[in-house]
Amino acid sequence: MSTTVAMHMSDGLVSTPTALLFAALALGALAWCVRRVQGELDDRAVPLAGLVAAFIFAVQMVNFPILPGVSGHLLGGALAAILVGPFTGALCIAIVLVVQSLLFADGGVTALGTNITNIALISVAAGYATAVALYALAAHRRDAVPVPVLGGIAFLAAMIGTVGAALGFVIEYSIGGATGASLQSVIPYLLGTHVVIGAGEGVITSLTVMAVARARPDLVYLLRTSRTGAAVGS
Amino acid sequence: MTGQDRAPRRSAFWIIFAAITLLIAGGVSYLASPSPDGLDSATLRGCEVIDNNGVEQLTGQCIAQSATDHPLAASPLADYTLAGGAGTGGIAGVIGVLLTLVLTGAVVRLITRARRGPRPTTGS
Repeated sequence: MSTTVAMHMSDGLVSTPTALLFAALALGALAWCVRRVQGELDDRAVPLAGLVAAFIFAVQMVNFPILPGVSGHLLGGALAAILVGPFTGALCIAIVLVVQSLLFADGGVTALGTNITNIALISVAAGYATAVALYALAAHRRDAVPVPVLGGIAFLAAMIGTVGAALGFVIEYSIGGATGASLQSVIPYLLGTHVVIGAGEGVITSLTVMAVARARPDLVYLLRTSRTGAAVGS
Repeated sequence: MTGQDRAPRRSAFWIIFAAITLLIAGGVSYLASPSPDGLDSATLRGCEVIDNNGVEQLTGQCIAQSATDHPLAASPLADYTLAGGAGTGGIAGVIGVLLTLVLTGAVVRLITRARRGPRPTTGS
């Protein structure tokens, strides 16, 4: 049987203290997310959270080729944050990662802390921050942001989120990498591949966000919050 | 543009979203590239993967050398299969989608209920 194909860290890549450190960090951050979910979700959006998590689980199964012999798959941080909000989104992805690790043996168990940090926290935070900044820029120029522009915003947010997740690994391995193998020589390769994976992530995120924004704009968190934000601001 | 308050369209949105999700997990997943992903191939840099009678071994020096086997590698859904059966990836995927949907729905509902619900702080 071949090794598991998934963009998640295996157990043993970082030292046990490092794994524990990031497990504590992930738990603390998720507890904070739990406290903020209430403010993000109105009743109509509750089912969307479940569906977004299930959708991300499904799409993460589909590795797409990026180079000969190298693949990538969606992480989903920007997608979740744009659709259901950053705190709910991080929680959704954390649940996906737990299901993958504990039921599908995909992504290590002691590595859950680092994987949650990279994929649920960093990619959500970086993706969402990018989306909010670009959306504010776009909304500043016109009253209603056209759906294709929203798609472009989603693309860039997803790309930044993906590269951010790869940087998370760089940080974790720098703090407590378990082998003597040099990370430095690998960093350009790691970031380069994740820029390409990020482009794939961007396409999927963009298409999904545009489809939801066309069918049910009232459900898209970025549109809901930015609208009230703009109303308050002007 | 906003076909608001039209119940059939509203439920159509959820049905289509769910159907696409199931289709991806149960069907499209068979088209997934089997190549190692960006992170795996980065951690494998410097090593060569040698197939030693079905057991993969790494030679050279790379980050992935310290990776340990998954403690739950023998679980029934491991590696997105049903007990390792060939061609069962789609079924495993559908099971995963349903579990994720139910689990996330339950967690989110629990959080919103617990924080919103009418909560008499003193006894009735």
